[in-house]
Amino acid sequence: MSRSPGRKQENHKISRELFVLTYGALVAQLCKEYEKDEDVNACLDRMGYSVGIRLIDDFLARSAVRKCRSYSETADMIAQVAFKMYLGVTPSVSCNSVTGNEFSLILDKNPLVDFVEELPAERASLCYCNLLCGVIRGALEMVHLAAEVSFLQDRLKGDAVTEIGITFLRKPEDRRHRR
Amino acid sequence: GRRAVPAVGHAVLAINGAEVNGRFTADGKDVLEFLGNPANYPVSIRFGRHRLSSNEKLMLASMFHSLFAIGSQLSPEVGSSGIEMLETDTFKLHCFQTLTGIKFMVLADPRQTGIDALLRKIYEIYSDFALKNPFYSLEMPIRCELFDQNLKLALEVAEKAGPFGPGS
Repeated sequence: MSRSPGRKQENHKISRELFVLTYGALVAQLCKEYEKDEDVNACLDRMGYSVGIRLIDDFLARSAVRKCRSYSETADMIAQVAFKMYLGVTPSVSCNSVTGNEFSLILDKNPLVDFVEELPAERASLCYCNLLCGVIRGALEMVHLAAEVSFLQDRLKGDAVTEIGITFLRKPEDRRHRR
Repeated sequence: GRRAVPAVGHAVLAINGAEVNGRFTADGKDVLEFLGNPANYPVSIRFGRHRLSSNEKLMLASMFHSLFAIGSQLSPEVGSSGIEMLETDTFKLHCFQTLTGIKFMVLADPRQTGIDALLRKIYEIYSDFALKNPFYSLEMPIRCELFDQNLKLALEVAEKAGPFGPGS
């Protein structure tokens, strides 16, 4: 996690292990506090949301990207620029619907679960990385794109791949006089 | 004095070097009384514009926010942005709107260059020292020490880089 060279700051690399352990501790603590998997998932999503609404401006300020002109461009931007910048991985993107508003990000590698093999039996419905869904949802909302983001498949649950589904909810309206 | 008549909109800012707050000096003297007593002459009076209060700034910013939106609607070009620059004899107002809808505005000398880079730098400073401060609530006035410090630094750098030295 270092800053791009354009920034007049020292490169502060933080250990990935510390980040992964911190995330794991967070999930473990939530599991202690909530009995139901749905509650833990919802809490992770909310936390992710409050990260996403702030992270988006960091992303825009650092990457200086142009406005995306379509949902497809947006999905590509998330996978190829944002995931690369923050997690060092590049999921592949596929479009799931003819209407052009449902996309999937297939994560080949996911640093958050490097040290997690599978979920315990009593936590079968836990979406371990649900924080990521909240982050994406919050970030999109701040650029005036309402979306539903969730894990469609999860290797931790025994599925073949880990797949995040993004469904854009409205046609991009004229954004000239927002905020 | 240097001018025969104070300029429109100017008020008394200081008398004999001591700052004035409304009608009274710092040590509680009534300004008009003091000025009315010939025993106190000669007296040096500093006139100038009052600094805007936070509320006044908020009011002016929201007015500009509306003008910005009207600007983009009035434009005959489709997909036009809002007002990016407003130029007058004495200053230029530069406005940068992020994709998240936040507007950064800089008032500068009309001859000052490098404002675009400054605006983007301020965006970075905002995303670092305001947004990454967990105790800062979105949409509220920014009262973060680090933000102020870094902003001041960025302004100093921009001033030096312009065609005129500091103080322009």
